[in-house]
Amino acid sequence: MTTVPLRALRSSFRTRRLTSLAIPAAILAYLIYLAISFDVIGLAQRASLENAKVLLSDFVSYKTHVTRSNRDGHLSVAIEGEAKGTYPAGRLPDWVTVAGDTTRIDLGRGHIVTYSPDAARYVVPGYGAIDIHSDGSKLTLTAPKPIPDWINVADTRISVTTGQGRFSYSRSKVETFRYQFGWELFFFTLDSPFYGKSYGQLTSLLTAPRIDSTQSNAALMWHDFWHNALWHHSDVAWAMGETVLMAFLGTFGAALVALPLAFFAASNFAPFRGLRFAFRRLFDFLRGVDGLIWTIILSRAFGPGPMTGALAILTTDSGTFGKMFSEALENIDEKQVEGLRSTGANALLRARFGVLPQIAPVLLSQVLYYLESNTRSATVIGAIVGGGIGLLLTQAIQTQKDWEDVAYYMILIVLMVMLMDSFSGWLRRRFIKG
Amino acid sequence: MVDISFGPTPGKRPDPASLQGGYLLQSRRKRLYSTILLVFFVALMAAGFQTAQDRNAGDFLAGLHRLDDFPREVFSEAWTNRANLPALFLKFLPSLIETLNIAAAATILGGLVGAPLAILSTHGLARWPRLAPLFRRCADVMRAVPEIVIALVLIFVLGAGPVPAVIAIAFHTAGALGKLFSETAENADLKPVEGLASTGANWAQQIWLGILPQVAPNWLSYALMRFEINVRASAILGFVGSGGIGYDLKIAMQWGGGKYDQVVAIFLLLFLAIVAIDQLSSIARNRLVKGR
Repeated sequence: MTTVPLRALRSSFRTRRLTSLAIPAAILAYLIYLAISFDVIGLAQRASLENAKVLLSDFVSYKTHVTRSNRDGHLSVAIEGEAKGTYPAGRLPDWVTVAGDTTRIDLGRGHIVTYSPDAARYVVPGYGAIDIHSDGSKLTLTAPKPIPDWINVADTRISVTTGQGRFSYSRSKVETFRYQFGWELFFFTLDSPFYGKSYGQLTSLLTAPRIDSTQSNAALMWHDFWHNALWHHSDVAWAMGETVLMAFLGTFGAALVALPLAFFAASNFAPFRGLRFAFRRLFDFLRGVDGLIWTIILSRAFGPGPMTGALAILTTDSGTFGKMFSEALENIDEKQVEGLRSTGANALLRARFGVLPQIAPVLLSQVLYYLESNTRSATVIGAIVGGGIGLLLTQAIQTQKDWEDVAYYMILIVLMVMLMDSFSGWLRRRFIKG
Repeated sequence: MVDISFGPTPGKRPDPASLQGGYLLQSRRKRLYSTILLVFFVALMAAGFQTAQDRNAGDFLAGLHRLDDFPREVFSEAWTNRANLPALFLKFLPSLIETLNIAAAATILGGLVGAPLAILSTHGLARWPRLAPLFRRCADVMRAVPEIVIALVLIFVLGAGPVPAVIAIAFHTAGALGKLFSETAENADLKPVEGLASTGANWAQQIWLGILPQVAPNWLSYALMRFEINVRASAILGFVGSGGIGYDLKIAMQWGGGKYDQVVAIFLLLFLAIVAIDQLSSIARNRLVKGR
């Protein structure tokens, strides 16, 4: 045994400790540089907390607008203020009561809003009554002094914001928003006979006499749900199907294209070196150009739609698969091929019976892994080529108000990807482990 | 082994006389199954292409001969203005660097979140073994979220810029790396951990000194692979959201004819960057995993 000089050992420890400190320090320095170059401090100031609040509250709740026109006195109660979510005249929600010219809105927890001709009153528990009177051109506010900052007074508009809702009075209209938890009208819209029924009532309706004489209640129920005018369930289902279709066609199409080509790029199958080199560079090119550029080029030729998305995935992944498959081909056991050659089998038969059975599990496992990852890519590509759930998502985000739709799509996308993940995992286990 | 010493296994044994027939029957059935599967698969592909075709704006066969129209138009215009290209390369270089920075930041942040997630969800290493499935599920959900979803929502809140893209990619990366890291950590040798435990080291010290040195090469290799993927993702996010070279590409594309030299400059920059990163990272990964 040789004695290691103690000093050398110590200094080697010291260098090691220094390097182990240097790496985190370098990463930290890089992150600080990024924070400066991305202007994170400026971003913190620009970030809109108001938007974040709107977004989060819209994700889990909905608001109902109770609007009275001050010109003709017409009252409308509409979910999210949309025409398709407007309550029919005789069937207002139970927290809105109309008696003659006065409308009473119960916002819960003792908050009561009353509309009367040319006036409105909002009773806030613990504060008092806020009275607004309009004489045609001017609004007068009567409320306990001092006026708190959640009451906003201007010449033409007075608005009140409380934890229970929002109220605003202007010359043209008086409007109250009530916020409620959940996604309203998710199953049935207001014009459906099934709206507002409990699960028990719905089940008993299945066997009850027909509401619509032309079809059974179950069919009607399905129709009303599937063609829901606010949530568009059938369109969403189609969009999801398109996204999965893009991923499926792209992935398996790429595998079918890449498999024969990979033989030319594998060193033990390529007829001569030049050809192998050419195919390798082709695969590198397909991969390197990247899905984004392929998507742009292909959508110019084929127009927007799922086919274009599928072809974009197919093109990019042909390169990826070509490279992986040719590597797998280079690692096969030559003995089986030799055995087949001794029986006089030609190149095609040797490939089919000598090579394919060896590499099939590896290839299939790689392809299935990409199927899941391409489902995610198909969402993004769909946003560019205009197909699938990616398109719906970007459209919903661009309106900047249908955040409940965005939340719905997000949940569906995550579920879809996880489902594809377990499906491809299941297939992998089934085919590869027997 | 036990069966041999305790006599033959119960059940019907193959008849040696009709061995050949049995084999042929079996292989015929196997072939039938694979044929059915193949036919089913081909039918599925055909039906799928037909559906995609029906829902597409343009026809596949009609579009095929138009495939090179756009590249030819773009490249011919860029060729006439080829003198501009070096200047354009310089002009878009900062955007390319931003795209790469987004990818790098997202990979680092994703790795920093993914590593503890991986350790906490690994059997045998988890700090709270009962919560391990929960952390694993967390990683699964994070992995399932496409970058675009988070990026677009964050752009609404944070405003346009590179930061939403970083957060979005990092979120997905944390889940993806969490899974890969955990698979590596599962195969780590536990003896160093035991040794450290016997000296009274706490859990963090056991992981830091006993596990990390073992898994570091593989983890780094996975992180590099993820970086390659993230560069592409960051380019795409720029195109749909904002920030980096993808955004410049979108602007140049929207301009249409007249700015195609810019489009080509961006195409080439992106292509060269991706190829270079792929090559460098593959060399580095080979060194890390297989030794020099």
